[in-house]
Amino acid sequence: MRFASRAISSLALGALVLALPLFCDAYWLDVCVSIGLYTLLALSLNVILGQAGIFHMGHAAFFAVGAYVTAILNTQAHWPIFAVLPAAGAASAVFALAVARPIIHLRGDYLLVVTIGIVEIVRIALLNDMGGLTGGANGVFGIARPVFFGFKIVKSVHFHYLVWGMVGVSLALFHSLWNSRFGRALNCIKEDDIAAECCGVDVARYKLTAFVLGAFWAGAAGTVYAAKMTTIAPESFNFMESVIIFAVVILSGGSQLGILASSFLFIGLPELLREFSSARMLIFGLAMMMMMIWRPQGLLPPGRRRYRIPGLSGAGGEAGG
Amino acid sequence: MSLLAVEEMTKVFGGLIAVDDLAFSVEEGSIMGLIGPNGAGKTTVFNCITGNYTPERGRIFFDGLPITGFKPHRIVELGIARTFQTIRLFARLPALENVLAGRHCRMRAGLLACMFHTPAQRQEEAAALERCMEELRFVGLAQRHDEAAGNLSYGNQRLLEIARALATDPKLLILDEPAGGMNHQETDALAETIRAIRERGVTVLLVEHDMRLVMRVCEKLVVLEHGALIAQGAPDAVRGDPAVIEAYLGAENDRW
Repeated sequence: MRFASRAISSLALGALVLALPLFCDAYWLDVCVSIGLYTLLALSLNVILGQAGIFHMGHAAFFAVGAYVTAILNTQAHWPIFAVLPAAGAASAVFALAVARPIIHLRGDYLLVVTIGIVEIVRIALLNDMGGLTGGANGVFGIARPVFFGFKIVKSVHFHYLVWGMVGVSLALFHSLWNSRFGRALNCIKEDDIAAECCGVDVARYKLTAFVLGAFWAGAAGTVYAAKMTTIAPESFNFMESVIIFAVVILSGGSQLGILASSFLFIGLPELLREFSSARMLIFGLAMMMMMIWRPQGLLPPGRRRYRIPGLSGAGGEAGG
Repeated sequence: MSLLAVEEMTKVFGGLIAVDDLAFSVEEGSIMGLIGPNGAGKTTVFNCITGNYTPERGRIFFDGLPITGFKPHRIVELGIARTFQTIRLFARLPALENVLAGRHCRMRAGLLACMFHTPAQRQEEAAALERCMEELRFVGLAQRHDEAAGNLSYGNQRLLEIARALATDPKLLILDEPAGGMNHQETDALAETIRAIRERGVTVLLVEHDMRLVMRVCEKLVVLEHGALIAQGAPDAVRGDPAVIEAYLGAENDRW
């Protein structure tokens, strides 16, 4: 029953996203693209933070690596954007592997502090025009628009469908992943990593894989961001970005529908409340406090996985959901 | 050949010698008990075998293979499963998923197979599900497969831990005080379960305080005191051993 209601709301949300360009002007479509990008980032962070319970507050670093690899490969080597996308994802993944490998055994807030350090290191490296490639504080400009089978993606409405298409694919893939031995292993690690290790889960490897996968997705999101903006600068990947992505996942409660809802709340709501912009942070802080008191588990915690139980007829097999 | 052989094992915590030059072996297909007064180092021995601790000295052989210093998940893969003295279930996950966690190490689907739900992955998943339901049936919890592990009674949680351990296809199952917190009926049922586990061809090593249970099911006992072995042999012989009686009377009045 609860599952059915979630399926219906997902369908309704999908239809809404498809129909949005009908009644949004360019400005609001840009907001939609932005929400979509944050959803992508939050979905990828959700694998690490929501599913495996690893306190990782440096996701903007992976996003930045993807965006800069895109910018550099596109402007210097003239790779088309869609060819760069997997390369940017892979670069982020390799970067994540390198930086997460030595810190993966750290627990809770210790890891959190190191991941904050990673964002800062990346931002400062970019700012210092690393290798003469990142353009320092000015960043990189002149990034080409993506061309999709001869169709040039330029307008906000095009980007809207591109980003939300990617969100759709990600939702499907991450849902499958959640509903598999991989997803269960991550959940076990989150619940009790020692118990997980003792029943045969290679905890370090799974944590690392979660990092690498999340980084790949963040890198791919970076490609879309770079192509949308055509100009990127280090300040777009500062610590606050990491915090926002982190907060989106925490607020969501860890389910995919929750991520969508909290991306809308975090990115869309401030735009709707432009008039109160001076009180924005106040409202924000208050809302966070109220959440902590009344709904510490987040907006929508993930539902139960459903199993088709063999040989158990009737109610048993359909329970849960 | 013995399934598990511990040789000259020593484990030190700071200045405390928790296990002192211990040697014993577990025969394949047997039910062996490791007993001793509180603080004798039983659980430490356990943790060394399962890879949670690395002993300072000594070697551990499993099935002829040296496993000292292996990580716990590797040891589970090789065929040693354990339960915990203080229950460590995934309390918020349903009982079935706890058992599936044990099955994890016998499944092969990789990241991409899991993302795309390939036919092989679906097949493996279905087989794992069936096997895990069998394990739940084995311990009598099949009807409660959907209940969060944390909501089960204490005794049932212990049984669920056993089911989770069995799902890893162990050759050796190490039970750390499985009767803790159980009443008489539950303990009697547990004795039957342990025998049934042996009937399946799984060797059992039991660390236990409840002498009723130990005397009923174990074929051989190893007695520890202050981390050192003080007696071993058949339960009846050990029961009459003066060193054992002294160790126990000196510590606390366990019922014999």
